[in-house]
Amino acid sequence: MRLYAFAVYLFLYLPIAVIAIFSFNAGRHASQFTGFSVQWYGKALSNPFVTEALWTSFIVALTSALIASVFGTMAALALQGMKGRVRVVADALIYVAVMVPGIVIGIATLIALVTLFGWINPLLALLAPEGQAPQLSMGYGSLIAAHALFSMSLVIIILRARLAGMDRSLMEASADLYASPFATFRQVTLPLIFPGILAGFLLSFTFSFDDFIIAFFVAGSETTLPIYVFSSIRRGVTPEINAIGTMVLVVSLLLLVAAQVILRRGPKKEGADAA
Amino acid sequence: MQSQFDSGAKDQKANRPLVAEFRAATKRYGTVLAADALSFGIGKGEFLSFLGPSGCGKTTALRMLAGFETPTSGEVYLDGERVTDVPAYRRPVNMVFQHYALFPHMTVAQNISYGLMQHRPRPDRADVARKVDRALDMVRLSGFGPRRIWEMSGGQQQRVALARAIVNEPKVLLLDEPLAALDRKLRREMQIELQTLQRQLGITFVLVTHDQEEALSMSDRICIMRGGRIVQSGSPNALYDQPISRYVADFVGKSNFIDGRLTALSATEGQIETPVGQRFAGRVSGALPLGSKAVLSIRPEQIDLAKSARTGAEAVTVINRIFLGEHTEYLVRHASLGDLLVLVARQAEASAGSFAPGDAGFISWAPETGLILPQD
Repeated sequence: MRLYAFAVYLFLYLPIAVIAIFSFNAGRHASQFTGFSVQWYGKALSNPFVTEALWTSFIVALTSALIASVFGTMAALALQGMKGRVRVVADALIYVAVMVPGIVIGIATLIALVTLFGWINPLLALLAPEGQAPQLSMGYGSLIAAHALFSMSLVIIILRARLAGMDRSLMEASADLYASPFATFRQVTLPLIFPGILAGFLLSFTFSFDDFIIAFFVAGSETTLPIYVFSSIRRGVTPEINAIGTMVLVVSLLLLVAAQVILRRGPKKEGADAA
Repeated sequence: MQSQFDSGAKDQKANRPLVAEFRAATKRYGTVLAADALSFGIGKGEFLSFLGPSGCGKTTALRMLAGFETPTSGEVYLDGERVTDVPAYRRPVNMVFQHYALFPHMTVAQNISYGLMQHRPRPDRADVARKVDRALDMVRLSGFGPRRIWEMSGGQQQRVALARAIVNEPKVLLLDEPLAALDRKLRREMQIELQTLQRQLGITFVLVTHDQEEALSMSDRICIMRGGRIVQSGSPNALYDQPISRYVADFVGKSNFIDGRLTALSATEGQIETPVGQRFAGRVSGALPLGSKAVLSIRPEQIDLAKSARTGAEAVTVINRIFLGEHTEYLVRHASLGDLLVLVARQAEASAGSFAPGDAGFISWAPETGLILPQD
């Protein structure tokens, strides 16, 4: 059994380790390590295509994570207020949304957006007959919308768990102490679920930053970092790609660890309170 | 019998002006009737307890007073005003929650000042700090203000919850099983402290509990609840001495019950006949027609356990002996009456001698100490 486990971990992490190691390769070829160097990091970061793709990814990740956090929080709070079967169905649908393969979401989003644009664009053309009418198309907007939509289910799942673990009587205590529903939300609910929101934000950011499949369908003419990596890999794996991959990996890991730390630290306080 | 229903309620405290009142307040959850047309008043400065097993409606009554539940029908009045639909945050009452519900992200002082800080315009900071300090003094936690909630022990958290409520000087302080989470010794301490505090502040306390000892030791008046109704209300003494049903006698203190049928009835005296034909006299309490099923209730401390037979004494065998310090509790077995509890005071045992399991003995009680009650 121990050997199996070892083999599993080896197969899982060896390729990743190889990428990280070869990103420090001094030579041109990905197959033989000729010496330590950080030149490929420099090359990658001075490549205008890379920096532009990085910037696009960053903007999309930040905006979609912000949107997902705000609307996900609102949805989670609304779900908390629901009862019985409606809530069970709504919860199940959220989990389904997370489990549906990315390619399905990608295609579905693409079709939905194209259909939507097909309806709206003629209307816009009618309203501004000079031929100056703004036309909706794939790009930042569709990328952010698609990522925000998917990330929202992540935020909802995290917050639902957190809200369920929260003592309802805290809200009642606040109301009993003359706080209006809004004051209760601001002074009790929000501070207590904030770690969950923050963790949801970080996870959403990571998801969007790493996502290739959904982005591939809805990015239009925009190039995110994963799309750039995919398109350049067809010209062969260069140490530059390894360097980019390693950077994305480090950023993602850091964010995921941060999210975990925040999520773990939160409930501990409540646990100590209940004891 | 109506006078007995209110037995003890007409003491001087019940004649105070009312601070809260329920008028036929009913709460229905689906088909469950949690509160069944509750009508009662709470006097200013009174210490009132709702006592009953879980699901009897006592918590629903409290929550309707706090504003967490709106009655399905009927009205709730606070300080002369109709508050039936007024939300909790606009009611001049405060609650001590069962698990305290202290805000974990705030310090002790922030928790206590929470209610004061909700007022608009914002109150003066120095004034709030002074009030918080006074509240901390009152619950003997001076200097604990900057502490975090999770740094406090269970007993200390209980006091913080109490301070957080009383600092607002509520018209009524609601206590929802406040001592349930404390260990026995701490609970006794808090019982005394709550009583002292109530006398000092003059605030009306309404306590919900399933612990009869808690209710008996602290309350001016107890409402025994069952199935969403108040079965009997009165002073602890009145409930103990004059329960109107087996349910109340069983819930307030320990008692022995002998089943039978009412065979003789005068003004207040009666006689019960057991299925095997034994007859016992007793005072009749509650509404009982002649010939109905009844039960004779005898408190364990009213029964005399002796080594030799006297007239009217019943032969028993001692089953078990539990030494309780000032008392000894015997479980004795009677051929037809079943098992009975007998409480013997230490002095009585010292003079009459003690019994060991297996010993034979004779029990007797004065007929006027037996109470004949309705069966339910």
